Order: sequence, then structure tokens, then C-alpha cells
Amino acid sequence: MADSSPLPGSIGALDSMLAREEYVSDRALSVAVYLALRLKRPLLLEGEAGVGKTEVAKALAAALGRELIRMQCYEGLDISHAVYEWNYSRQILEIQLMRGGGDLDRQTAAKELFRREFLIERPLLKALEYAGPPPVLLIDELDRADEEFEGYLLEMLSDYQITIPELGTVRAARPPIVLITSNRTRELHDALKRRCLYCWIDYPDFEKELRIVNAKVPQASRALSEQATAFVQELRKADLYKTAGVSETLDWIAAIVALDADRLTPERIDETLGILLKNQEDMQAVRGEPVRAMLDRAEHRGVRMSYAGQEPSTAWATSSRI
Amino acid sequence: MGHLLENLTQFARLLRSLGLAVPAGSTIDATRAAQHVDLGKRDEFRFALRAVLVRRAEDLQVFDRAFRAFWTKPAGTGTKLDLRPLGSERRFGDPVVEMESLGAGEDSSARERDERAERVRIATYSDREVLREKDFKNLSAEETAQAVRLLREMEWRPAPRTTKRWVPGRGAAPDLRRFLAACARPGAAGDKPPTKGRKAAPRRLVLLCDISGSMERYTRMLLWFACCLAGSLDRVEGFVFATRLTRITHKLRARHESNPFREIAQLVPDWSGGTRIGEALRAFNVQWARRVLGRSAVVLVVSDGWDRGDPAVARREVSRLSRSCHRLIWLSPLLGSPRYKPLTRGIRAVLPFVDDFLPVHNLASLDRLAAHLNSLPAESRTRRAGEGRARTVW
Repeated sequence: MADSSPLPGSIGALDSMLAREEYVSDRALSVAVYLALRLKRPLLLEGEAGVGKTEVAKALAAALGRELIRMQCYEGLDISHAVYEWNYSRQILEIQLMRGGGDLDRQTAAKELFRREFLIERPLLKALEYAGPPPVLLIDELDRADEEFEGYLLEMLSDYQITIPELGTVRAARPPIVLITSNRTRELHDALKRRCLYCWIDYPDFEKELRIVNAKVPQASRALSEQATAFVQELRKADLYKTAGVSETLDWIAAIVALDADRLTPERIDETLGILLKNQEDMQAVRGEPVRAMLDRAEHRGVRMSYAGQEPSTAWATSSRI
Repeated sequence: MGHLLENLTQFARLLRSLGLAVPAGSTIDATRAAQHVDLGKRDEFRFALRAVLVRRAEDLQVFDRAFRAFWTKPAGTGTKLDLRPLGSERRFGDPVVEMESLGAGEDSSARERDERAERVRIATYSDREVLREKDFKNLSAEETAQAVRLLREMEWRPAPRTTKRWVPGRGAAPDLRRFLAACARPGAAGDKPPTKGRKAAPRRLVLLCDISGSMERYTRMLLWFACCLAGSLDRVEGFVFATRLTRITHKLRARHESNPFREIAQLVPDWSGGTRIGEALRAFNVQWARRVLGRSAVVLVVSDGWDRGDPAVARREVSRLSRSCHRLIWLSPLLGSPRYKPLTRGIRAVLPFVDDFLPVHNLASLDRLAAHLNSLPAESRTRRAGEGRARTVW
């Protein structure tokens, strides 16, 4: 983590760097990340909740040995929480001290009150001022922030500089690697999108998800991983308000392992359904007979796969554990 | 030229009596403008007068009506005016106001003038009143056009919501940042400590409009309503449904002068089909709710509640919808009839989850809807599952 690696020289190199961090990428994503690194442009990642958007940033930071600076967005996020804030209590204390000392002339007061040490750095400023190699700046769930904030961000992303009225302009010596994620609870502005490279992350297909499961829940037996992954794939075909994301798959399989089971049964699925689906109506809709049918179809997929003689997990599993 | 000035003065007076803000000097402007256009061309003359006498887009329709009434031969009277003195070889349209009396009897002409102005004004006023109360399903084509004009004049200002964002200068919370900045600024000794408050922002409106067969006679006006709403507010999402749900937001935004329906009709596969309220709302809940209901939107469902689908599905989906929005308002054209009782299965399934159950059958009901939206409370009502909370406000 401490020593930073140079940027990967090829998409393949990036792939294997991410794989070493147990992040299973696909071609579209790797290309987008690679271009973002090369072109020094922010990368906007969109996709349903739980497909691993945030994980990309974590894995990338770890793979490159860079610091990860994360800014979680929320409604009402403003400059004082995203960029910087003055430490008011210390400033007020300073005023009291100056009063006590009797030397309270405004010119010096201004200088004394707005000293660098009274400035509280927030993620964006921290990312610009970072002394070491450029960090990975993750602006998470930007769709939650207000449009006004998006406007501010646009400005910052175009010159990688921030102006603090009392101190002057802070400019990044080397721009950070910026990843922005959005769950699309609203559309982001076109102007911001134009600044960024874009990648849509979909729910993974069976092979990709199985690779992720193998990487993240290695304690699960191969049979269980395949069966459970196939079941989740079936579950995603069902008409639900909110289907299971990859993180739910991982939690669920870990839970089943914790219950000391190595095969799925309809009863076991019913018991643990709350880990996959977070919505009462959805759980009611699939519990019982639909679960049975899905499990049945999932097992047939397993059969088809072993007939094909493919063991898709093997090749990757070796490379992932180098 | 004298005749023209006299007529223009009269016309300006007429416009004022119709509620237009016509500045005092503009009659002179109008006379000057008239010199620069071909008075033989009726439209050219009309546009010239419009350019100098009208200042608000809402007034254009009234102006045009007044123009037609004033500068056209009144019914039953002969042609009295020769337009040659106005410098034109041709008559523009039908000859205009009677002028012969101008020299002879000042009184009679003044009386006639006033009567004429009165005629236009009363016609407009009573038209409006009749139109406002007339059920949409009984409107003729001409009345529909007039009703749409009135609809366009309506003001929609839904009560805003308080955001989490701070703005300086409002509210009562102390603004430490500005306070300390003021402390250090020479000569800016703060007499009053600066404050900050939460910013107010317009609420998003989501309109879901039933276009099934049973709503057919209302669909046209209701789509106009949707267009006007989207035209005057920034955050309006529009959907139509019968058996399936179609998003029409982008079609509403494009400002159609004439006819938004052709384009909407092309989008919609199930125009005037049967209704499946539950399925349509489910499609909305699954595909759109997360994207358009953010930041506590107000949802307006327009439907008569005739439902061919499963009431259990409708019940479940409306329940979910009501939990994911700030306020759920159900609008039904059937409420226009005093004898209507919400007894159909469809409407009975949904009413327990609806905040307001209101009529949309004429312009007056839309006026009241606007007033209701303008006064929505900032806090959403506390809800308990299945609680009977529908109420009719008027």
C-alpha cells in the first residue's frame, strides 16, 4: 500500500493488477479504467446498487498502491463538508486570546484568524493537496448530492483547483485519479458527463459472478458456490422491486457457509432469503414454490455445465492467488 | 389619419377594459406603427398593434379576440367605413368600425363604443364562467380550444420543500463562517450576527394519467393539463397508462403550439384499451419510482378507477406508491357528479392509501387543484398501513 506502483502499461496488466486485489473486472470496465488513467480524465461509473462500483475504486487504489480518498455524497452536501471548513471554535478562542493580549487590530486579526492551521481539510481539498503520488479520489453516489454541488464539482474537475477566499488558490500538482459513482436515482448533468469517461456496470453473468464468489468467499465449496451463484442468476430473472446485487450474493453465500451447509435446499433458501432480498413484497413473491422452481432451474444449469466439461473457475482461481 | 387615431384610442380602451396593461402612450406608438405597415394586410396590422400594445404572452389570446371583434364589422350593421382614407387601396378583411356617427352625434357613437366593448368583455367573462364549470366531456372542439387557452393562463406553484442545503441570510441558524469573516474585515463590525437557513426548492410532480377507454372523453383535456403543468414547472414527470405504462415526460416538455397528441399517440401502444391499474403502477414502482420519486415528490394519479386487473395487485402497488412519495393525490373525473360514489373494486382498493381524492372534470376543479397543491404542507402525513385516510377536500 505504501509504495506506489507505476500505472499499468496495458489493459491486460491492469486486469491482473485488479485481480490480485480480488477484483474481478470485465473487458468494458478494464478498458474504461485504463483510459481514465491514461487520459487523466474522471471516470463515471453507473449501475444498479450492489454491482461493485465502489469496489472498483478500492481495488484500483490498492492495486496502484495509492491512497483512497472517499467522499460519500448526500443531500445537502456543501463546500464546508466536501472541500474545507474553518475551525470556528479555535478561531473564536484565538479572538479571546488576542483580546486578552490587547493587540486586536483588524489587519493582524484577519491574518491570525485565517491561518492554515485553522483550516479543516475535507476530501476534495485533501485530494488536491496530497503530497505523495496522486491518490484515487472516489466521489461516491453523486446522484444523492444536489445539483448545485454537481456544478461546483464540475468546476473543480475541469482545472483541479480550488479557491479559498481567505488563503488563495490551491492547485493540484498532479491531478488525482477521480472515480465517480451514481445509482441513477436522478440523471447527472450532461456537462459533468461530458467531462468524464463513462462505464455502465451491469449485473455480472454466471461466469463472472462465480469468479467473484470464488475470490471473495473462498471458504465455500465449489459445488455450493456454483449452485448458489446459479440460483442468484435465476432470482435476477424474477420480476422484483429490487433484486440482489453482487454484494448480497457474497453475504448470502458466506451466511450459508456459516450455517455449515454445503448444499442449498428450498428451506434453507427461505430461511436466509432476507440476506438476498431487502423488501417484504419481494420476499413474499418468491418464497415457497417460486424458490423451489428457481433452485431447480439453477441445478439444471449446473448439470449442463459439468457436461460441457468446463470448469470456468479454475483458470482464474489460480491467477487470482498468485 | 384622424379616424385611425380615434379608433386606436377606442381599441386601447377596450383592451384595458379586458384587463390588459396598455400603457398610456402606446396609442401614439400604435399610430406610428400603423404607418409602417401595409394596412391592407389584416395580419400585418394585427401584428403591428400586438407588438406595441401587448406585453405579456398570456394576453395574446385576449388581444386577438378583441382585435377580431373590434376591427370587424359588427353583425347586422352595414358597411360604413371606407378604408381608403387610411391610405389603403384595399379593404382589410371586412370593413371595420362604423365611423359615420363620429362627426354627427358624439353621444350615440360613444354609447355604441361602450356597448361594443361591453359586448366583448361580457362575452369573454361569461364564456369563462360557463367554460370553467362545464364538464370536460361536454366540450365542443371550439370550447376545448378556449379551455386550453384558459388552462395555459393558470399558475402552478406547488408548495416548495425545504432542502438540506444552507443558504446565507435566511432563517435563524447562526452563520459562523460569515460571522468570523466579518470579524476580520476592517470596518465591517457586525451589528447583527449573520444567519443562515435551509433552502427551499420546488417539489417534483409526477403525473400518472389513465388513458383507457373509460377515460376517453377526458383524455384530451387531461393531456393538455399535463402539457400546461410541464410547461410552467421545471420538475414534472409524465406517464400514461391503460394496460401498460408509457413515459411521456419528454413529449410534454417540447412546447407544442398545436398538438402534442400525435406524438404521444405514437409512443403509446394501448391507447383507449382496458385498464390494469395494478400492473401499470407496478411497472412504475419497479422501473421508475427510484429514478423519479427522489426528494419527496408529489404524485398525481388521474383515473376513474375502472380496473380490469386484480384489485389485490392494485392495492399492493398503490400502497407501495403511497409509501414512496410525499403525497399521493388521486384525481377522478367521476367526482364531478354529485351522485358518484366510489364503489368500484378498483377505486375501493386504492382509496385507503390515497392522501387526497379530488375531482378533475372541469377547469374550476383544476383551479382548486392548483390551490391545493400551492398549500401542501411541508411535512408528509404520517402513515400507517391500510389506514383509511382518503379525504375529499371539496
